[in-house]
Amino acid sequence: MQSKESIIEPPKKFIHIEWREFWAYRDLFLVMAWRDISVRYKQTLLGVLWIILQPVMTMAVFTFIFNRMAGIESGDGTPYPIFLYTGLLLWQYFSSTVNNSAQSMVANASLIQKVYFPRLIIPATSVTTAFVDLAVSSAILVVMMAYYGFMPQLVGVAIIPLLLLIVTFTALGIGLFLASLNVKYRDVRYALPFFINIGFYVTPVIYPAAMLDKYPVVKTLFLCLNPMASVINGARTGLLGRSTIEWDTLAVSLFVSIIYFLFGLFYFRRTESYFADIA
Amino acid sequence: MKPIIEIKNIGKKYKIGVHRGYLSLREQLASKTAHAIKSLTRGNKNNDKENDEFWALRDVSFNVNEGETIGIIGRNGAGKSTLLKILSKITPPTTGKIALRGRVASLLEVGTGFHPELTGRENIYLNGTILGMTRAEISKKFDEIVAFSEIEKFLDTPVKRYSSGMYVRLAFAVAAHLEPEILLVDEVLAVGDAEFQKKCLGKMGDVAQEGRTVLFVSHNMGAIRQLCNSGILLTEGKIAALGKTDIVVDAYLQTIATSHPTDGGVIASNDKFGIALKKVDLLNNKGVESPVLQAGAAGFICLVLETTSPQKNLLVSIAVNTLNDTRVCILHTGISDNRGVDLQPPAARLLCHLPKVPFLPGKYRLHIKIAEANGDTIFNVPYATEIAVEGGDFFGTGKLPDVTWAGVALVEHTWQVT
Repeated sequence: MQSKESIIEPPKKFIHIEWREFWAYRDLFLVMAWRDISVRYKQTLLGVLWIILQPVMTMAVFTFIFNRMAGIESGDGTPYPIFLYTGLLLWQYFSSTVNNSAQSMVANASLIQKVYFPRLIIPATSVTTAFVDLAVSSAILVVMMAYYGFMPQLVGVAIIPLLLLIVTFTALGIGLFLASLNVKYRDVRYALPFFINIGFYVTPVIYPAAMLDKYPVVKTLFLCLNPMASVINGARTGLLGRSTIEWDTLAVSLFVSIIYFLFGLFYFRRTESYFADIA
Repeated sequence: MKPIIEIKNIGKKYKIGVHRGYLSLREQLASKTAHAIKSLTRGNKNNDKENDEFWALRDVSFNVNEGETIGIIGRNGAGKSTLLKILSKITPPTTGKIALRGRVASLLEVGTGFHPELTGRENIYLNGTILGMTRAEISKKFDEIVAFSEIEKFLDTPVKRYSSGMYVRLAFAVAAHLEPEILLVDEVLAVGDAEFQKKCLGKMGDVAQEGRTVLFVSHNMGAIRQLCNSGILLTEGKIAALGKTDIVVDAYLQTIATSHPTDGGVIASNDKFGIALKKVDLLNNKGVESPVLQAGAAGFICLVLETTSPQKNLLVSIAVNTLNDTRVCILHTGISDNRGVDLQPPAARLLCHLPKVPFLPGKYRLHIKIAEANGDTIFNVPYATEIAVEGGDFFGTGKLPDVTWAGVALVEHTWQVT
């Protein structure tokens, strides 16, 4: 319910984000996030195990194909499975956030047409499901680190929040943009899986970032446009600690991710008032 | 004191073709290209644009004072729901300004956001927060909500296993415990069975009594008359009438009555006898055409017939059924009149006079049968037409039976102690 004395007018050209209103609806955010999480594995046999099974099985198959068959190495002596798993975790967090938020407005169209609440809540809750997945499957990473005898650098642990922030900004920025676009053009539904797949290969998940050194132009481009590259690289150096963290590229990535986020946010705010009419 | 809702010059424009359904990018590109080519060859751009626009609401202005209950009526597509959607901030207006001075809750649908996989308990929290309550408020009212919904035993069962009745009861229970200062309600009474509809109406009445401000959209004129102090009639997006409920409702009924199709259609006919039933009209106590009968008042069911030759001793019957096909009664010339009906060509109106309409508010279906004097059927028209009955002062006491009491008929009676 809205606060005392509110004014309804045609949307203005100037856009501002109503953080106070968002805060007033924090309970809805929590309940929606909880709904998404608790509904996910209802009536499944393996339930929460699926969260772990997916990355672990992907890791097993990819290790066999890319490491054993194609001969791709981590490049610095890190065992390939743990090297790969670190990348997979972050990539999955990224791709499911983008995916969930891009589909979220259309999936909740019936709600949007019947009730008012800050629309941002819907794509924002998509982050929480992906985050829970990340948290659960990270347990396997800890087990693997123990198994392979890795002791993370202190700074490596300390930068995790920063890395997650960069991923979240990037994913949510792209997700918000696609969510609004999806309301109007359902092409997004078909194009997105394809682009996420491409994104997986242009991000150093299955291969080390060092392999890009031979292609300086490509590497610079990746660095500017794809914050995921330096985040995954940063997580590997931080946690598996064979080299030093590249602070400069992380700084660039943080900046780029904020740009993505702001762009997505403002595009979403500019279009959201008409969602109910065209969803 | 300032009015609790101030609406000034509200207008809402839709672009036809855009507001219904979505476009794929390809279609959009194709139409843009076609448009560009057209404007190149013809040199005019603006003609098409004007035609594609449609004003669902135009220059709507009115004020609502605290504690008023206002009924918004009008035909489908008149802009009633659009107005509620703008007031609930679901869609923005194209022009104008609205000031709302109080907490608003809107109930455009019963059970918005219910998730089939979640249990009743979980859905109470989900639906409650979606409607604008905080978790603390819901926890406080949780027991009341459960008691109202009468589903205690199934609280921890996923709602997908609920019967539709249970589902609707739970949904309404949550909505009924909202405590806004301004409540916007759209035709939610259209769902559920008759009993549920009556329970909703009862609760709505309570809300109005508590001094909240209510804007209520409905096609149920009985409910509007019963609940609202004033009404607004919308016609094609504009305010056509505004004022006392009875006056506005009558104005609305008038617009429907005058727009009855007179297309020479025939409901049923028998060529051998040369008889045709053209239409069935309802007349009010003054003998004027009306879309509804009023309980307790006089009314007529009028069969408009055509015949090519004089007819003697016809048996005519009208069976009145509820929408659930429960027979309420049969009105039969052979029994109540104890004689047949004679008709003269070319046309005749057969009036069935109900001195005191004994039906509870609601909708009824009429089955019409015409037979020869010996009982052989000339024609039999099941579901010939549907009629509506609105509430009225049947007993002359100024009191209406509680809408939550089920039933179909009003029975005249007296009480005495001996």
